[in-house]
Amino acid sequence: MDKFRKIFTLDNYIVPVAAVIMGLFVGAIVMLVGGYDPILAYSSLFTQVFGDMYDFGEAIREMTPFILTGLAVAFAFRAGLFNIGADGQLLIGMTAATFVGIKFTGLPFYIHAPLAVIAGGLFGGLWAAIVGFLKAKRGINEVITSIMMNWVGFYGANYVVNHFLLVPGTQQSENIAPTASISIHFLTGIFGNARLHWGTLIALVAVVFFYVYLWKTKQGYEVRAVGLNPNAAGYAGINVGRNIIKTMFISGVFAGLAGAFQVLGVFQYQSVFASSPGYGFDGIAVALLGMNNPFGVLLAAILYGTLTYGSAGMSFGADVPPELVKIVIGAIIFFIAAQGIVRWVLGPFYGKRKKEKVL
Amino acid sequence: MNAATPVVELKQITKRFPGIVANDSISLQLHKGEIHALLGENGAGKSTLMNIVFGLYQPDEGSIEVNGKPVVIDSPNKAIELGIGMVHQHFKLVEPFTVTENIILGMEPKKGFNIDYKSAAEQVTKLSEQYGLQVNPHAKIQDISVGMQQRVEIIKTLYRGADILIFDEPTAVLTPQEIAELMDIMKRLVSEGKSIILITHKLKEIMQISDTVTIIRRGKVIDTVKTSETTPSDLAEKMVGRNVTFKVDKKAPTIGETVLKVSDVVSKNKDGISVLSGLSFEVRAGEILGIAGVDGNGQSELIEAITGLRKIDKGSIMMLGKEISNLPPRKITEQGVSHIPEDRHKHGLILDFTVSENLVLETYYKPPYNKGGFLNAEAINNNAQKLIEQFDVRTPSIETKARSLSGGNQQKAIIAREIDKNPELLIAAQPTRGLDVGAIEFVQKQLIAQRDQGKAVLLISFELDEIMNVSDRIAVIYEGKIVGEVLPEETNDQELGLMMAGSKKRVGDDRG
Ligand SMILES: Nc1ncnc2c1ncn2[C@@H]1O[C@H](COP(=O)(O)OP(=O)(O)OP(=O)(O)O)[C@@H](O)[C@H]1O
Ligand SMILES: [Mg+2]
Repeated sequence: MDKFRKIFTLDNYIVPVAAVIMGLFVGAIVMLVGGYDPILAYSSLFTQVFGDMYDFGEAIREMTPFILTGLAVAFAFRAGLFNIGADGQLLIGMTAATFVGIKFTGLPFYIHAPLAVIAGGLFGGLWAAIVGFLKAKRGINEVITSIMMNWVGFYGANYVVNHFLLVPGTQQSENIAPTASISIHFLTGIFGNARLHWGTLIALVAVVFFYVYLWKTKQGYEVRAVGLNPNAAGYAGINVGRNIIKTMFISGVFAGLAGAFQVLGVFQYQSVFASSPGYGFDGIAVALLGMNNPFGVLLAAILYGTLTYGSAGMSFGADVPPELVKIVIGAIIFFIAAQGIVRWVLGPFYGKRKKEKVL
Repeated sequence: MNAATPVVELKQITKRFPGIVANDSISLQLHKGEIHALLGENGAGKSTLMNIVFGLYQPDEGSIEVNGKPVVIDSPNKAIELGIGMVHQHFKLVEPFTVTENIILGMEPKKGFNIDYKSAAEQVTKLSEQYGLQVNPHAKIQDISVGMQQRVEIIKTLYRGADILIFDEPTAVLTPQEIAELMDIMKRLVSEGKSIILITHKLKEIMQISDTVTIIRRGKVIDTVKTSETTPSDLAEKMVGRNVTFKVDKKAPTIGETVLKVSDVVSKNKDGISVLSGLSFEVRAGEILGIAGVDGNGQSELIEAITGLRKIDKGSIMMLGKEISNLPPRKITEQGVSHIPEDRHKHGLILDFTVSENLVLETYYKPPYNKGGFLNAEAINNNAQKLIEQFDVRTPSIETKARSLSGGNQQKAIIAREIDKNPELLIAAQPTRGLDVGAIEFVQKQLIAQRDQGKAVLLISFELDEIMNVSDRIAVIYEGKIVGEVLPEETNDQELGLMMAGSKKRVGDDRG
């Protein structure tokens, strides 16, 4: 766990930046070996994202859940918790939002939409809080319970959609009431009908909230203290168990919101999933890449979203299988985790700098 | 002394950290078969210098020669290759592993693909006999005492072929008996041709065992002297830069009402064994009660019970007439209890918090630090600035992480925080462990000042000197019980020692 902590909380931005570059490099080598043209591939990746307004808007949409699940994992980590369960929390949040969106009709939009969003956050939070509760009161490792809760969440979400919300004969729920939609219509116009929604804005607010809460408030002080040294925190009179539960709740709210926005802002319905969309697991990668810092998570989510959305362009433009992006992402994470390699590559630069300082 | 080439020679070593020059052009020679003591105030740069010799840090300037040859020690592995071993203050052992497994870790003798455990154990036994380091090669680290663990660390360095051994404050965590044994071990080591650098704050140990002393102050070498040509007060003065009195002056106590009353406290551990078995005592306003005892007789459990970290099964703990047993820690703190914990890294500090964050660890939720749920950075920083000046905590800045403070300055920061809370009861567990003589004097004066202000002070210490010098009354703890009470002026080390070993309390002395 200590090792994990070290990997996760470097306060050095050089390593991730270098890791990204090295990851792209590894991807290029793999492409060369496979007989593809890496320069063409990467340029079509970026054209795909920045080429026209529609794609740009869709890329932004793609980034939003990454921001939130990244924040979810990072926030828990700041309290010393490894929230592997963001995926289940996301699905539960999504289901709650869909339920409210479909079943609560006759409300004006300014009540209905916020209500659906709140339901998503709340249920995601409560789902995570169960994990926190088991850890705080029974000492059960959160990694194990949150993995279990992922499966419960996955099948639970499908159950609710199947039994209460399904359009008969299909594999998806009814559409949510228009009053629950959080699409930004005037922007979708500008962005060629890209599915832009208020959730992105809320995700940005969440980034700022993360920062302010953790470093500027009394409660954030407690969370950090518990994360860094639970023994000393307990000695100082901080209620460690309560903080664990609270942190998991907030972490789950982030994940739950991510799920809610996918329905309320993007699809307007929820599918019966054959397998989880996996945003929660992407959140682990994003948090790692963003060094558990909220602004780092934002940057990492932008990168992550760019790569995944752009991967389609890569296969059009350069015939490279889109899975190659997974290799790039995997390599980036590998280089962050195995920092020694990055430092070794950067070694000559470091050495030079040091000497200059002494002389 | 040996006039031949020194085994290690440091030439003008300089090491800077942000905001501070930890080592300022330090030169030092270690000769074969010598015990060379390094003496200096907390934060003087001793650990930094030794970490450089062991390859953990790189010097910014200067060079190192081993046996007359210039070397670059860029990693601990390189240091080991050069025959340099270090026994750190915080041991680096794998708890569930056996002694032998720990010693051979990373250098396992192989038989085919397997570890040749048998020959390893034999080799460990041989080393331990050669140097008088009794250990059981098959015992698990988690089951042996701190003193034993330290021997394992020593054998580990010897097993790796060390001829030069660095000890960083080896005696800080040992009991008096273990210290005496360590002294013998060190003598044995040098008589077998090893050379030793010893960091310690205890002048007694330096006088007793070292051949040469180098005194460092604020990163600079002040002097190198032969031990036989110096005196403790001379050393103390060189190190602190002023005269140090070893005896703390205190006037007769003015004793008031009972502040803390512990009666018949029983507490069992997970296995149902009583760790506190009917323990009673009281501390009154205006007095310092010293609790003397051998480590492991219930001291830590007693503190945990008073501070709310351990549930008690029977008995009562009253603070100013109010029952506080089994209350949550914060409720107890708010009754006016302050606590300087024994293990500062585990319980006293959040090492990755800044100094200023650490200084409000128990008060952050109260105004002025908490303003409507938000932290008031200005108030927190002002508090830190005030305390580091008042208590002479040496840190480059209040924004520095507690982790990069020297051990002694970490302790001073905790003491500052606890005393500044202006408690009714101050619990001080090993408050001077790892402090330099100047700082010890300072801390002991602070404890006495608290008592003179009419506060109750509970001092728990393994240092008999400290107990005898500072306490107004001494209670001896043995197997989870107070077995007797004595007055410092009416007792002596021998009697205390006997009581600590479990002999009954003295007849006719029942002043408690
Ligand atoms: N890694 C680090 N980063 C920044 N400053 C450091 C670091 N390590 C040590 N220092 C600073 O260097 C100075 C010397 O520290 P060092 O630990 O060598 O002192 P010391 O002589 O061993 O003290 P003590 O007797 O209290 O252990 C201190 O002011 C300390 O704050
Ligand atoms: Mg030190």
